[in-house]
Amino acid sequence: MAFTLEMARGALEKLNAVIEEKKDYLTDLDSAIGDADHGINMNRGMKRVMEKIRDKEYSDFGGLFRDVAMTIMSAVGGSAGPLYGTFFMKMGQKLAGKREVAEDEFADAMQEGLSGIMALGKSQLGDKTMVDALQPAIDALREPAPDASAAWAAALKAAEKGMEDTIPMLSKRGRSSYLGERSIGHQDPGATSVAYLIASLREAALEG
Amino acid sequence: MIGILIVSHSEDAARGIAQIAVGMSGAADDVPITGVGGNDEGGLGVSVAKIYDALTEMLPACDGVLIVPDLGSSILSSRGAIELLSPKDASKVVIADAPVLEGSMLAAVEASSGADLEAVAEGAREAKNLKKSDH
Repeated sequence: MAFTLEMARGALEKLNAVIEEKKDYLTDLDSAIGDADHGINMNRGMKRVMEKIRDKEYSDFGGLFRDVAMTIMSAVGGSAGPLYGTFFMKMGQKLAGKREVAEDEFADAMQEGLSGIMALGKSQLGDKTMVDALQPAIDALREPAPDASAAWAAALKAAEKGMEDTIPMLSKRGRSSYLGERSIGHQDPGATSVAYLIASLREAALEG
Repeated sequence: MIGILIVSHSEDAARGIAQIAVGMSGAADDVPITGVGGNDEGGLGVSVAKIYDALTEMLPACDGVLIVPDLGSSILSSRGAIELLSPKDASKVVIADAPVLEGSMLAAVEASSGADLEAVAEGAREAKNLKKSDH
Protein backbone atom coordinates (compact mmCIF):
# COMPACT_ATOMS: atom_id res chain seq x y z
CA MET A 1 0.00 0.00 0.00
CA ALA A 2 1.88 3.02 -1.20
CA PHE A 3 1.24 6.29 -2.95
CA THR A 4 3.90 7.11 -5.54
CA LEU A 5 5.23 10.16 -7.32
CA GLU A 6 3.81 8.85 -10.60
CA MET A 7 0.37 8.54 -8.99
CA ALA A 8 0.61 12.17 -7.85
CA ARG A 9 1.43 13.24 -11.38
CA GLY A 10 -1.45 11.14 -12.72
CA ALA A 11 -3.82 12.68 -10.15
CA LEU A 12 -2.90 16.20 -11.30
CA GLU A 13 -3.61 15.22 -14.90
CA LYS A 14 -7.00 13.83 -13.88
CA LEU A 15 -7.78 16.92 -11.81
CA ASN A 16 -6.99 19.10 -14.83
CA ALA A 17 -9.38 17.03 -16.95
CA VAL A 18 -12.23 17.04 -14.42
CA ILE A 19 -11.90 20.79 -13.82
CA GLU A 20 -12.00 21.34 -17.59
CA GLU A 21 -15.17 19.27 -17.75
CA LYS A 22 -16.81 20.85 -14.70
CA LYS A 23 -15.65 24.45 -15.05
CA ASP A 24 -19.10 25.75 -15.97
CA TYR A 25 -20.68 23.87 -13.08
CA LEU A 26 -18.08 25.29 -10.64
CA THR A 27 -18.69 28.76 -12.02
CA ASP A 28 -22.47 28.30 -11.62
CA LEU A 29 -21.98 27.28 -7.99
CA ASP A 30 -19.71 30.30 -7.50
CA SER A 31 -22.07 32.74 -9.19
CA ALA A 32 -24.75 31.86 -6.60
CA ILE A 33 -22.61 32.93 -3.64
CA GLY A 34 -19.22 34.11 -4.86
CA ASP A 35 -17.76 36.09 -7.73
CA ALA A 36 -18.38 33.46 -10.42
CA ASP A 37 -14.71 32.84 -11.13
CA HIS A 38 -13.84 29.54 -9.39
CA GLY A 39 -14.32 27.36 -12.49
CA ILE A 40 -12.45 29.70 -14.84
CA ASN A 41 -9.68 30.34 -12.33
CA MET A 42 -9.10 26.67 -11.48
CA ASN A 43 -9.24 25.77 -15.16
CA ARG A 44 -6.57 28.36 -16.02
CA GLY A 45 -4.47 27.32 -13.02
CA MET A 46 -4.55 23.57 -13.71
CA LYS A 47 -3.82 24.04 -17.41
CA ARG A 48 -0.73 26.01 -16.49
CA VAL A 49 0.25 23.37 -13.93
CA MET A 50 0.14 20.73 -16.67
CA GLU A 51 2.23 22.86 -19.03
CA LYS A 52 4.78 23.25 -16.25
CA ILE A 53 5.04 19.64 -15.11
CA ARG A 54 4.17 17.58 -18.20
CA ASP A 55 7.63 17.12 -19.64
CA LYS A 56 9.65 17.69 -16.51
CA GLU A 57 11.41 14.98 -14.53
CA TYR A 58 10.96 14.98 -10.75
CA SER A 59 12.93 13.02 -8.21
CA ASP A 60 10.59 13.59 -5.26
CA PHE A 61 7.13 14.86 -4.19
CA GLY A 62 8.85 17.99 -2.86
CA GLY A 63 9.94 19.20 -6.30
CA LEU A 64 6.66 18.29 -8.01
CA PHE A 65 4.41 19.90 -5.40
CA ARG A 66 6.58 23.02 -5.18
CA ASP A 67 6.17 23.59 -8.94
CA VAL A 68 2.42 22.93 -8.65
CA ALA A 69 2.17 25.38 -5.73
CA MET A 70 4.10 28.19 -7.41
CA THR A 71 2.18 27.81 -10.67
CA ILE A 72 -1.22 27.74 -8.96
CA MET A 73 -0.35 30.78 -6.85
CA SER A 74 0.58 32.84 -9.90
CA ALA A 75 -1.98 31.56 -12.38
CA VAL A 76 -5.26 31.01 -10.53
CA GLY A 77 -6.02 34.67 -9.84
CA GLY A 78 -8.64 34.25 -7.09
CA SER A 79 -8.55 33.11 -3.47
CA ALA A 80 -8.19 29.51 -4.60
CA GLY A 81 -4.68 30.46 -5.81
CA PRO A 82 -3.03 31.12 -2.46
CA LEU A 83 -5.20 28.48 -0.74
CA TYR A 84 -4.45 25.55 -3.10
CA GLY A 85 -0.91 26.93 -3.50
CA THR A 86 -0.28 26.74 0.24
CA PHE A 87 -1.80 23.25 0.35
CA PHE A 88 0.66 21.87 -2.22
CA MET A 89 3.58 23.88 -0.84
CA LYS A 90 3.16 22.46 2.68
CA MET A 91 2.59 18.95 1.32
CA GLY A 92 5.77 19.24 -0.71
CA GLN A 93 7.78 20.37 2.31
CA LYS A 94 6.46 17.44 4.35
CA LEU A 95 7.22 14.90 1.61
CA ALA A 96 10.56 16.37 0.47
CA GLY A 97 13.07 13.71 -0.60
CA LYS A 98 10.40 11.00 -0.96
CA ARG A 99 8.88 9.44 -4.06
CA GLU A 100 6.73 6.77 -2.43
CA VAL A 101 4.86 6.86 0.88
CA ALA A 102 2.21 4.83 2.68
CA GLU A 103 -1.35 6.21 2.51
CA ASP A 104 -1.27 7.35 6.13
CA GLU A 105 1.94 9.29 5.56
CA PHE A 106 0.33 10.90 2.52
CA ALA A 107 -2.65 11.74 4.75
CA ASP A 108 -0.25 13.37 7.25
CA ALA A 109 1.15 15.54 4.47
CA MET A 110 -2.38 16.49 3.39
CA GLN A 111 -3.11 17.46 6.99
CA GLU A 112 -0.04 19.72 6.91
CA GLY A 113 -1.39 21.28 3.72
CA LEU A 114 -4.82 21.73 5.28
CA SER A 115 -3.26 23.46 8.30
CA GLY A 116 -1.67 25.89 5.84
CA ILE A 117 -5.06 26.56 4.24
CA MET A 118 -6.70 27.14 7.62
CA ALA A 119 -3.92 29.49 8.78
CA LEU A 120 -4.00 31.52 5.56
CA GLY A 121 -7.79 31.68 5.31
CA LYS A 122 -8.32 31.91 9.09
CA SER A 123 -10.96 29.25 8.50
CA GLN A 124 -12.41 26.51 10.69
CA LEU A 125 -14.46 23.39 10.07
CA GLY A 126 -18.07 24.46 9.47
CA ASP A 127 -17.27 27.84 7.85
CA LYS A 128 -18.54 26.58 4.44
CA THR A 129 -15.12 26.32 2.76
CA MET A 130 -12.67 23.84 1.23
CA VAL A 131 -11.89 22.72 4.79
CA ASP A 132 -15.31 21.06 5.11
CA ALA A 133 -14.52 18.53 2.37
CA LEU A 134 -10.79 18.19 2.99
CA GLN A 135 -10.75 17.43 6.71
CA PRO A 136 -13.25 14.52 6.54
CA ALA A 137 -11.39 13.08 3.53
CA ILE A 138 -8.06 13.13 5.38
CA ASP A 139 -9.64 11.61 8.49
CA ALA A 140 -11.15 8.81 6.39
CA LEU A 141 -7.87 8.14 4.60
CA ARG A 142 -6.19 7.68 7.98
CA GLU A 143 -8.68 5.05 9.18
CA PRO A 144 -7.35 1.49 9.06
CA ALA A 145 -8.46 -0.12 5.78
CA PRO A 146 -7.92 -3.56 4.21
CA ASP A 147 -6.23 -2.02 1.16
CA ALA A 148 -5.48 1.25 -0.62
CA SER A 149 -8.60 0.94 -2.74
CA ALA A 150 -10.83 0.82 0.35
CA ALA A 151 -8.92 3.70 1.99
CA TRP A 152 -9.35 5.97 -1.04
CA ALA A 153 -13.01 4.94 -1.48
CA ALA A 154 -13.66 6.01 2.12
CA ALA A 155 -11.79 9.28 1.55
CA LEU A 156 -13.85 10.11 -1.54
CA LYS A 157 -17.12 9.25 0.18
CA ALA A 158 -16.17 11.51 3.10
CA ALA A 159 -15.13 14.35 0.78
CA GLU A 160 -18.41 14.17 -1.14
CA LYS A 161 -20.42 14.08 2.07
CA GLY A 162 -18.40 17.04 3.38
CA MET A 163 -19.07 18.89 0.13
CA GLU A 164 -22.84 18.24 0.37
CA ASP A 165 -22.82 19.18 4.04
CA THR A 166 -21.77 22.72 3.04
CA ILE A 167 -25.23 23.30 1.46
CA PRO A 168 -27.10 24.18 4.69
CA MET A 169 -24.11 26.00 6.19
CA LEU A 170 -23.89 29.74 6.77
CA SER A 171 -20.75 31.07 5.10
CA LYS A 172 -18.21 32.63 7.44
CA ARG A 173 -15.34 33.21 4.98
CA GLY A 174 -14.77 34.83 1.62
CA ARG A 175 -17.14 36.82 -0.54
CA SER A 176 -20.04 34.45 0.22
CA SER A 177 -19.84 35.51 3.88
CA TYR A 178 -21.01 39.00 2.87
CA LEU A 179 -24.32 37.33 1.89
CA GLY A 180 -24.97 36.14 5.44
CA GLU A 181 -28.16 34.05 5.60
CA ARG A 182 -28.48 34.11 1.81
CA SER A 183 -25.43 31.85 1.57
CA ILE A 184 -27.52 29.03 3.09
CA GLY A 185 -28.83 26.47 0.57
CA HIS A 186 -25.87 26.68 -1.81
CA GLN A 187 -23.01 24.18 -2.13
CA ASP A 188 -19.56 25.69 -1.60
CA PRO A 189 -17.51 25.78 -4.85
CA GLY A 190 -14.20 25.34 -2.97
CA ALA A 191 -15.46 22.21 -1.17
CA THR A 192 -16.63 20.96 -4.58
CA SER A 193 -13.21 21.33 -6.22
CA VAL A 194 -11.69 19.60 -3.19
CA ALA A 195 -13.99 16.62 -3.83
CA TYR A 196 -12.67 16.56 -7.44
CA LEU A 197 -9.10 16.59 -6.08
CA ILE A 198 -9.81 13.59 -3.83
CA ALA A 199 -11.57 11.76 -6.69
CA SER A 200 -8.50 12.37 -8.89
CA LEU A 201 -6.11 11.12 -6.21
CA ARG A 202 -8.26 8.00 -5.76
CA GLU A 203 -8.42 7.24 -9.46
CA ALA A 204 -4.67 7.64 -9.86
CA ALA A 205 -4.02 5.48 -6.79
CA LEU A 206 -6.23 2.68 -8.15
CA GLU A 207 -4.57 2.72 -11.56
CA GLY A 208 -1.23 2.30 -9.81
CA MET B 1 11.94 54.59 4.83
CA ILE B 2 8.76 52.50 4.60
CA GLY B 3 7.51 51.50 1.15
CA ILE B 4 3.85 51.10 0.21
CA LEU B 5 2.57 48.30 -2.01
CA ILE B 6 -0.98 48.64 -3.31
CA VAL B 7 -2.62 45.34 -4.32
CA SER B 8 -5.81 45.40 -6.37
CA HIS B 9 -7.81 43.01 -8.57
CA SER B 10 -7.09 45.46 -11.40
CA GLU B 11 -3.63 46.49 -12.51
CA ASP B 12 -5.01 49.81 -13.75
CA ALA B 13 -6.65 50.47 -10.38
CA ALA B 14 -3.46 49.59 -8.48
CA ARG B 15 -1.36 51.93 -10.60
CA GLY B 16 -3.99 54.66 -10.50
CA ILE B 17 -4.29 54.46 -6.73
CA ALA B 18 -0.50 54.61 -6.43
CA GLN B 19 -0.55 57.71 -8.61
CA ILE B 20 -3.26 59.34 -6.46
CA ALA B 21 -1.43 58.42 -3.25
CA VAL B 22 1.76 60.07 -4.48
CA GLY B 23 0.00 63.10 -5.93
CA MET B 24 -2.42 63.89 -3.12
CA SER B 25 -0.23 63.07 -0.15
CA GLY B 26 2.68 65.21 -1.25
CA ALA B 27 4.78 62.14 -0.49
CA ALA B 28 8.46 62.81 -0.97
CA ASP B 29 9.93 61.30 -4.11
CA ASP B 30 11.94 58.90 -2.00
CA VAL B 31 8.86 57.04 -0.65
CA PRO B 32 8.64 53.90 -2.79
CA ILE B 33 4.99 53.45 -3.78
CA THR B 34 4.12 50.63 -6.16
CA GLY B 35 0.84 49.17 -7.36
CA VAL B 36 0.33 45.60 -8.61
CA GLY B 37 -2.84 43.88 -9.72
CA GLY B 38 -4.67 41.67 -12.17
CA ASN B 39 -4.13 38.00 -12.86
CA ASP B 40 -1.09 37.02 -14.88
CA GLU B 41 -3.03 37.15 -18.13
CA GLY B 42 -3.96 40.78 -17.57
CA GLY B 43 -7.57 40.11 -16.49
CA LEU B 44 -9.19 40.92 -13.16
CA GLY B 45 -7.67 38.91 -10.34
CA VAL B 46 -4.64 38.68 -8.11
CA SER B 47 -1.34 36.89 -8.57
CA VAL B 48 0.74 35.85 -5.56
CA ALA B 49 3.82 35.89 -7.80
CA LYS B 50 3.32 39.56 -8.75
CA ILE B 51 3.03 40.55 -5.09
CA TYR B 52 6.05 38.44 -4.16
CA ASP B 53 8.13 39.95 -6.98
CA ALA B 54 7.18 43.49 -5.96
CA LEU B 55 8.06 42.77 -2.31
CA THR B 56 11.46 41.28 -3.14
CA GLU B 57 12.19 44.28 -5.34
CA MET B 58 11.15 46.83 -2.71
CA LEU B 59 12.50 45.26 0.49
CA PRO B 60 16.25 45.71 -0.10
CA ALA B 61 15.70 49.47 -0.41
CA CYS B 62 13.18 49.88 2.44
CA ASP B 63 13.05 49.41 6.23
CA GLY B 64 9.68 47.76 5.71
CA VAL B 65 6.71 47.57 3.35
CA LEU B 66 3.04 48.23 4.08
CA ILE B 67 0.70 46.31 1.78
CA VAL B 68 -2.64 48.01 1.19
CA PRO B 69 -4.98 45.45 -0.45
CA ASP B 70 -8.43 45.99 -1.94
CA LEU B 71 -10.66 42.98 -1.08
CA GLY B 72 -10.85 39.24 -0.56
CA SER B 73 -8.28 37.48 -2.71
CA SER B 74 -5.97 40.49 -2.54
CA ILE B 75 -5.68 39.99 1.20
CA LEU B 76 -5.29 36.20 0.97
CA SER B 77 -2.77 36.49 -1.87
CA SER B 78 -0.77 39.08 0.08
CA ARG B 79 -0.60 36.70 3.04
CA GLY B 80 0.46 33.94 0.64
CA ALA B 81 3.24 36.10 -0.81
CA ILE B 82 4.54 37.00 2.66
CA GLU B 83 4.72 33.28 3.49
CA LEU B 84 7.10 32.79 0.58
CA LEU B 85 9.56 35.38 1.96
CA SER B 86 12.39 34.53 4.34
CA PRO B 87 11.31 34.95 8.00
CA LYS B 88 13.56 38.04 8.22
CA ASP B 89 11.93 39.71 5.21
CA ALA B 90 8.46 38.55 6.27
CA SER B 91 8.90 40.36 9.60
CA LYS B 92 9.31 43.61 7.67
CA VAL B 93 5.95 43.42 5.88
CA VAL B 94 2.52 44.29 7.28
CA ILE B 95 -0.92 44.17 5.64
CA ALA B 96 -2.95 47.31 6.33
CA ASP B 97 -6.48 47.05 7.71
CA ALA B 98 -7.69 50.01 5.68
CA PRO B 99 -9.70 51.09 2.63
CA VAL B 100 -7.37 50.81 -0.34
CA LEU B 101 -7.40 54.34 -1.73
CA GLU B 102 -7.70 56.42 1.42
CA GLY B 103 -5.42 54.05 3.32
CA SER B 104 -2.71 54.26 0.66
CA MET B 105 -2.86 58.03 0.71
CA LEU B 106 -2.62 58.40 4.49
CA ALA B 107 0.11 55.75 4.62
CA ALA B 108 2.06 57.78 2.06
CA VAL B 109 1.74 60.88 4.23
CA GLU B 110 3.06 58.98 7.25
CA ALA B 111 5.85 57.30 5.30
CA SER B 112 7.07 60.59 3.87
CA SER B 113 7.53 61.89 7.42
CA GLY B 114 9.96 59.03 8.06
CA ALA B 115 7.57 57.10 10.36
CA ASP B 116 8.22 53.42 11.17
CA LEU B 117 6.16 50.50 9.83
CA GLU B 118 3.77 50.40 12.80
CA ALA B 119 3.04 54.13 12.50
CA VAL B 120 2.53 53.92 8.73
CA ALA B 121 0.09 51.00 9.26
CA GLU B 122 -1.73 53.03 11.93
CA GLY B 123 -1.92 55.97 9.52
CA ALA B 124 -3.56 53.74 6.93
CA ARG B 125 -5.98 52.34 9.51
CA GLU B 126 -7.12 55.87 10.41
CA ALA B 127 -8.47 56.17 6.88
CA LYS B 128 -11.46 54.14 8.09
CA ASN B 129 -12.62 57.24 9.96
CA LEU B 130 -12.52 59.68 7.05
CA LYS B 131 -16.04 61.06 6.73
CA LYS B 132 -17.42 61.80 3.28
CA SER B 133 -21.03 62.69 4.02
CA ASP B 134 -23.67 62.62 6.74
CA HIS B 135 -25.56 59.82 5.01
